[in-house]
Amino acid sequence: MRVAITGISGRFGRLLAQRLHRRHTVVGIDRRPYHEKPADVTLHQIDIRRQRCEEIFRAGGFDAVVHLNVMHDPRASSEDHHTFNIRGTTRVMDYCVRYKIPKLVMLSSANVYGPRAENPQFLTEDAPLMGGTRFGEIRDLIALDMCGQSFFWKHPDVKTVILRPVHIVGAVRNAPSNYLRLKRIPRLAGFDPMIQIIHETDVAEAIGAALAPDVRGVFNVAGCDAVPLSTLQRMTGHEVLDFPHFLAEAALERLWRLRLTSFPAPELDHLKYVCMVDDAPFRAASGFRPTHDIDATMAHLRLTAAADLR
Amino acid sequence: MTPLNPIATLRNVEAVGRVVRGLKLTAERQVQAEIIDRIDSLKADLGGRPTDDFGFNPEAIKPMAPILAWLYHEYFRVQTFGLTDMPKGRVLYVSNHSGQIPLDGMMIGTSLLFEGQPPRAVRSMVERWVPSLPFVSTLFARVGQVLGTPENCRTLLQQDEAVLVFPEGVRGINKTYDRAYRLQEFGNGFMRLALENDTPIVPVAVVGAEEQYPALWNLEPLARLLAVPAVPITPLFPFAGALGLLPLPVRYRIHFGRPMYFTGDPHEEESSLLDKVNAVKTAIQDMLDRGVAEREHIFW
Repeated sequence: MRVAITGISGRFGRLLAQRLHRRHTVVGIDRRPYHEKPADVTLHQIDIRRQRCEEIFRAGGFDAVVHLNVMHDPRASSEDHHTFNIRGTTRVMDYCVRYKIPKLVMLSSANVYGPRAENPQFLTEDAPLMGGTRFGEIRDLIALDMCGQSFFWKHPDVKTVILRPVHIVGAVRNAPSNYLRLKRIPRLAGFDPMIQIIHETDVAEAIGAALAPDVRGVFNVAGCDAVPLSTLQRMTGHEVLDFPHFLAEAALERLWRLRLTSFPAPELDHLKYVCMVDDAPFRAASGFRPTHDIDATMAHLRLTAAADLR
Repeated sequence: MTPLNPIATLRNVEAVGRVVRGLKLTAERQVQAEIIDRIDSLKADLGGRPTDDFGFNPEAIKPMAPILAWLYHEYFRVQTFGLTDMPKGRVLYVSNHSGQIPLDGMMIGTSLLFEGQPPRAVRSMVERWVPSLPFVSTLFARVGQVLGTPENCRTLLQQDEAVLVFPEGVRGINKTYDRAYRLQEFGNGFMRLALENDTPIVPVAVVGAEEQYPALWNLEPLARLLAVPAVPITPLFPFAGALGLLPLPVRYRIHFGRPMYFTGDPHEEESSLLDKVNAVKTAIQDMLDRGVAEREHIFW
């Protein structure tokens, strides 16, 4: 199978390439360099929005595209974010249609549902995407998810898979991993929602499972068994500090504006309310089973955090 | 004859006291031990995890067990009727709701835990604003309370849990005393869920809770202003100060009816669902009427 991976130099791109390159032909597209690239992976170092990219898809003869070229940085200007994510994605979709690539896998997130007081314990794929109600920065990812859904309906000949994994934990730089890496972990006093996390390698596995020819649709992806947030906090072995929620929100807002924190204030809702998913459809469709339990996932986080310090 | 030695007498009295205290403590420990065993037996359903997916953790009930036992046995002196042969698997307990604060739910839950054969952790469906309350949200989740959405109820029933619902909702719990023991309008969501998941319904009637805070009047404008469901005025609240905050030590009588089985289309029109809902409502109202007529006194 010939697989194109956009955003291959990112954390998931590399994890996926490592998993696929021995069995499949992997071609990567990224504007960033790919350090320690396996020799049999081809890298085209180019911005996905550039016209020249089309040539790669025309000549590629790909059996599948995994589109990971999505910017998540909440600090980037919203204009950059939007054009990069939406323009980049529609380009890739165009190429899939034009060059008859039968499979497209996109990575969305369970955060598109948003943590909300009225959430049922398990959100199914048809739950409304309310993540943007309080957290404007995520509307971009919701737009991307919707973009994928409309493509799914308009082009049934391309088997499109949109994956919505829960909080990804590992060496990856994202809010949940950054939060659990903090030396002093803030907590909202009196709130302890149930949380689902997934090991980053399991996400790569899930993407791999989604490449199976007859898998198509929008799927939630869950990892380990859900645990109370306090269990995760305790497992880090770090100091946990309690803050009253009404103060925390105002304080974080201020800190964010002063660029003293990487956490936008609305993310605090994840420390308050559930945003858990039901992953039964994906398990049934792909046979995917996460292999890392909570202990393994948290051990991996500690290990990667320690490696960071060195 | 030895003269009465005051010191020795005191020592003897003290010794007897110590023995009595010791006996009482042992008895208490015995009761406690049985309750602890019952709580431990709930862990079998968790498959080795400390908490289930909804955040329920049987260990969290243990520190509360003495308080529950005191409320159940001493304060409200709960009497249960018909609590034998309850369905073992999935079951929907449907109860009247009364008493301004949901102690009725707490006492139904406690009765199924303390007296159920086998003990069950009943999962009651709580109001939608509960998750936004610090501490309360966590405590409720740990003792098995679940946010009342149809999805959550469905998930629980499919996991063969015992679910407690109050179809009257706030209409029942916040009503004034002139409407005591008259069931208010029932929601019908519970019936759809029972039909959909093939679940027996056990009607439950709580007699006594209406008198714990007999509300003469509900200050609705103030309630709206404070964004709370109701501000009840009772004979003791607010005029007797802190005393008015305590529920009166009424006696609770909890009547469990025979399980009712319904079949039909869960998505049928409201009008055709009404007969089934009314059958449950009538069963509860009958038990309430009988329970109120049969009781000798409100307080004992």
